[in-house]
Amino acid sequence: MFPADFDYVVPRSVDEAVAMLVHYGDDAKVLAGGQSLIPMMKLRIASPRVLIDVNGIAELAGLRRDGDRLVLGALCRHADVAASPLVREHLPLMHDAAQLTADVQVRNRGTVAGSLAHADPAGDWPAALLALDTHVTVAGPDGTRTVPLAAFLVDAYTTQLGANELITQVAVGIPPGRTGGAYAKFERRAGDFAVASAGVQVTLDEAGRCAAVAISCGAVAPSPFRARAAEAMLAGQALSEDLLAQAEHAVRDEASPFADTRGSVEYKRHLAGVLVRRACVAALARARGERVDTLHL
Amino acid sequence: MTHSVRITVNGEAYEGDVEPRALLVQFLREQLGLTGTHVGCVVGECGACSVLVDGVLVKSCLMLAVQANGREVTTIEGLRRGGRPHPVQEAFVNGFALQCGFCTPGFVMAAHALLARNPNPTEEEIRRDLSSNLCMCTGYVQIVEAVKSVGSDPGTGRHRGQTPERGDSTP
Ligand SMILES: Cc1cc2nc3c(=O)[nH]c(=O)nc-3n(C[C@H](O)[C@H](O)[C@H](O)COP(=O)(O)OP(=O)(O)OC[C@H]3O[C@@H](n4cnc5c(N)ncnc54)[C@H](O)[C@@H]3O)c2cc1C
Ligand code: FES
Ligand code: FES
Repeated sequence: MFPADFDYVVPRSVDEAVAMLVHYGDDAKVLAGGQSLIPMMKLRIASPRVLIDVNGIAELAGLRRDGDRLVLGALCRHADVAASPLVREHLPLMHDAAQLTADVQVRNRGTVAGSLAHADPAGDWPAALLALDTHVTVAGPDGTRTVPLAAFLVDAYTTQLGANELITQVAVGIPPGRTGGAYAKFERRAGDFAVASAGVQVTLDEAGRCAAVAISCGAVAPSPFRARAAEAMLAGQALSEDLLAQAEHAVRDEASPFADTRGSVEYKRHLAGVLVRRACVAALARARGERVDTLHL
Repeated sequence: MTHSVRITVNGEAYEGDVEPRALLVQFLREQLGLTGTHVGCVVGECGACSVLVDGVLVKSCLMLAVQANGREVTTIEGLRRGGRPHPVQEAFVNGFALQCGFCTPGFVMAAHALLARNPNPTEEEIRRDLSSNLCMCTGYVQIVEAVKSVGSDPGTGRHRGQTPERGDSTP
């Protein structure tokens, strides 16, 4: 099982990569971690004539803090996020998602930007980052533009990315104090894609009530979504167990999964609710400064 | 169109021409004859093809050979030190952590990478980390025990609590 023949080119800068994308147009694909693209090419789901390997573009590597934002270069790997003390301290939701994505080897190669570009409905980064203040920056022949993640993700396996555009970075706002987040994922076996997943980011006010909340769900709709009805129930309230139970029910109704080998519609709806509640509990504890390990369910 | 590459494998530099679509695992097995790296699934699911590239554990069926140009690859053949098996290999032998052995090179590479990062992993950490690799024979218990034994007693590959019957069958 091997890919169809293709040409291989290695740009050394973003400008050079964009020039190549313009030159080859629809025939070309960007190769980042290759952890989705190479399997697709082997299965002949994708047969690009040219691969533009961006792994040699030094300016795209790693992650850094830039003022009130965490900036991930397009080559920032899942493992870089998992290992970052900055992420652990300020954005534990991302630490969870990095730990729960795939397995060690895939995390060592696969990139966050590649996951967003791939836009798998069951992918972990699209779901996790939707609960955060996330912006995607893309470079194209007319310069760069920055779009909120919610606008970038269009549908299953579909994004706003043009054929001659390259994601250069993903920026996530570093939240204020008294904020906690968590990402919970249920998988059939370790390292698999999610049957359902949920991200919750909560900011508490001085009285310990919910000042702001964002809830995202993955794998239970054609693409990840924000559970707005559940968010509206929690906003401004003291987050009692009763209220969380109500939010859990709201999420069940907001989900629109389809049945497949991972489970029935009813099962997935139920799971989405449970995961939101568990992520809420973990996020709340973290917002109060308690230490909570990543939930391995 | 082929590309000329220079790849250091287990300390030796190799120069050759590869087609872009050749996978790293193909290059290792077919061009260099290093058949210790196994191919189970070829789609990234089983971990049998795990190798180190610049010290980082990867699945060599999910990387193109041309992407290893200028890099250092370590395969199972490269783990021996001074003619002796690596402590992880010894632990696998002493702990009967293999039956057919098909998955073993991948597991040894993965365990080696884990122990390099975390010399004393807990059982849970071992199980979580090695979930990347599949074994159809052992049921994993001896594999986990073997990795634990290296963690607890570096160098000898002997689990502290290991009984002589289990541990000392090999000199
Ligand atoms: C065994 C296995 C298990 C996995 N489990 C999970 C899991 O549990 N959860 C999960 O979320 N994912 C999982 N994955 C997928 C993995 O996370 C991939 O790394 C990720 O989906 C894609 O990132 P990549 O860097 O490998 O992208 P690639 O495979 O290189 O590219 C994917 C797509 O994105 C495009 N692309 C990549 N980077 C850019 C860029 N900078 N600009 C424009 N386009 C770009 C490519 O052209 C291609 O179309 C798994 C993969 C494997 C093999
Ligand atoms: S052969 Fe590479 S993961 Fe199975
Ligand atoms: S020993 Fe046979 S597959 Fe693991």
